[in-house]
Amino acid sequence: MTALSPPAPVEAPGRTGPGTLLLRVTDVREAAAGIRTVEFVPADGGSLPAHPPGSHLVLHCGDRRNAYSLTGSGIAPESYTISVLLCPDGSGGSRWVHDLVVGDVVAADGPRSAFAPVATARHHLLVAGGIGITPLLSHARAAARWNRDFTLLYGYRPGAGAHLEELRRLCGRRLEEHPDLAVFLARIETALAGAPLGTHLYACGPAALLDVVLGTAERLGWPEARVHTERFSAAALDPGAPFEVTLARSGRRLTVPSGVSLLEALEDSGVPVPSMCRQGVCGECRVPVVAGSPLHRDLFLGEAEKAAADSLMCCVSRSTGPTLELDL
Amino acid sequence: MTATDVRDRALPARIASFPFPFPTDTYRYSTNVEPALAPRSTAAGSWGEHVLHVDEHYASDSAECAALLAADPTRLQELPHMRPAAWDAMLYVMGELRRARPDAFGLDRLGGDRWRWRNALLRIEQEFTFGDDATLPSGPLEFVAPQVQDDLVLLDQREGALWADAGVVTAAADWSMRFDVGMSFPEIHGPVPRVHPEGVIDRAHQFLMRLQPGEAYRRTNWTMTVGRRLDTATETYPEWGPDRRLVLEQDLGARLHLRVEVQHLVRLPSSGAVLFLIRTHLLPLEDLARVPAWRDRFAAVLEELPEDMADYKGLTRFRSAAVAWLRGAA
Repeated sequence: MTALSPPAPVEAPGRTGPGTLLLRVTDVREAAAGIRTVEFVPADGGSLPAHPPGSHLVLHCGDRRNAYSLTGSGIAPESYTISVLLCPDGSGGSRWVHDLVVGDVVAADGPRSAFAPVATARHHLLVAGGIGITPLLSHARAAARWNRDFTLLYGYRPGAGAHLEELRRLCGRRLEEHPDLAVFLARIETALAGAPLGTHLYACGPAALLDVVLGTAERLGWPEARVHTERFSAAALDPGAPFEVTLARSGRRLTVPSGVSLLEALEDSGVPVPSMCRQGVCGECRVPVVAGSPLHRDLFLGEAEKAAADSLMCCVSRSTGPTLELDL
Repeated sequence: MTATDVRDRALPARIASFPFPFPTDTYRYSTNVEPALAPRSTAAGSWGEHVLHVDEHYASDSAECAALLAADPTRLQELPHMRPAAWDAMLYVMGELRRARPDAFGLDRLGGDRWRWRNALLRIEQEFTFGDDATLPSGPLEFVAPQVQDDLVLLDQREGALWADAGVVTAAADWSMRFDVGMSFPEIHGPVPRVHPEGVIDRAHQFLMRLQPGEAYRRTNWTMTVGRRLDTATETYPEWGPDRRLVLEQDLGARLHLRVEVQHLVRLPSSGAVLFLIRTHLLPLEDLARVPAWRDRFAAVLEELPEDMADYKGLTRFRSAAVAWLRGAA
């Protein structure tokens, strides 16, 4: 499953955890008609960050950044594998992946988790449509490994089912294959109606399928907290629009480009600002605003403080307009 | 060269690497998190180069942890769904021990899920298969806890909250893992004064839930303890609580300790659980006073600390005596 142009992670200096990875392609193969499976290892021979099931990797595809689900269990991975459906009418990300050959080196941002299994679930009901199988293959691997109770419903067009052989081996009777769409939709209804209390539902696939799954779950009275759909959430902040900053005390002006935080821009210009978390929670880097309208993206300021618009947390927050004047 | 310079050079490692936690003369609760793995310099040295810090107390701390677990197995709590997170935590801790002290610890992948762990300090060699309980002499948390000087708490994330569903805690600062197991992050912090109207706990909770796989942050917390006593759990209050009254009759400088917790907050990579590592450092006032900047700063912080915070930290009975001692040591 892919989502074009997900938010690019904000890279702050001193930030720990997986940053940008350099990966070398070790295998490319046809998983099904129009679906290419690509395997990567670290280009420098080191180890790869582990990740929860259902995580995605953000590949730098030329000047775009596209998120692709990792299909492994995520436990101490020795390689990363993605499967990508060619979308001829898309904006080029899938074409870029399909053009990769063994030996190519690509850049990626480390795994990000937004579709993880819930450990307390009594049963895991996995519903995959088409290429939406990729994060649920990851779920199924982890569930099989930890002996979690699960069922996987996999709907696909005849001849276009990716990963069928390994799914059959991995899941045995826990896999239900549905090449017939009408039967698949009917089975979703009965599966959601008959799932034991305490079941968590995970669905990934085309928007139309997710609409059916969500509508059915709501109609049958599923609690929202037990229904999970794959969407690339704002786990990282978007890079934001560029804006101009005027420093009221010195009269200096500087530009904050997209993808660069106001804090970084100030530091780069030799204007020191005390900072700590660089995530908008600690409150250390608050700066006073003289004019302009802050775009608050922090968790520190209260609603009233945000509405007052007289200060902002410069590590994450930006400007709603083209200019901002700070009391610095 | 001044007398102070001479004294500083002679400072032993327990002082030079002590994580003195006060940047100013007043202390209030805040969401004081910062990225891990960066050395932080102090007036006496520095701390924080690695997530785990192995020091001169390693062997005795390990023995104390193992003895406490044997005497009171409830110091280890693990709800059934936390076993994958326990394995994840064990592998993470082993990797960080090796990173901090490659001469003393080894972790080798033998192929697939097979690993070999070597702890030269405790003479432990163990091959295991990740995820297979039968390949360890005990559960993963019980196996690794006595090999690390930190307490471990595992938080499961679900339904928009974090839940303390597992942990091994043998150095609690007046709390109980057995009492807290299964509680949400906001519930656990319910008794802390002041932090709720100010939104400190809620911000920390939101922040932790946004940590991405492998990310590690840290913060410090502090209190004071009578004697070099790591175990001040609620369970053993009758053993250590009375010392808070009796300390005034004894040599304050040797018996009263500044107790600092270096807490690391790590998103475990494959289980997605949040690992809280709590490392307790104890420094007697007489050691602390060897660093004049620390002596003055701590006296100021203690003197200014509001009454409700001093009460919550259990300092009320000896606070003014401690301030007087620090001022007198100048």
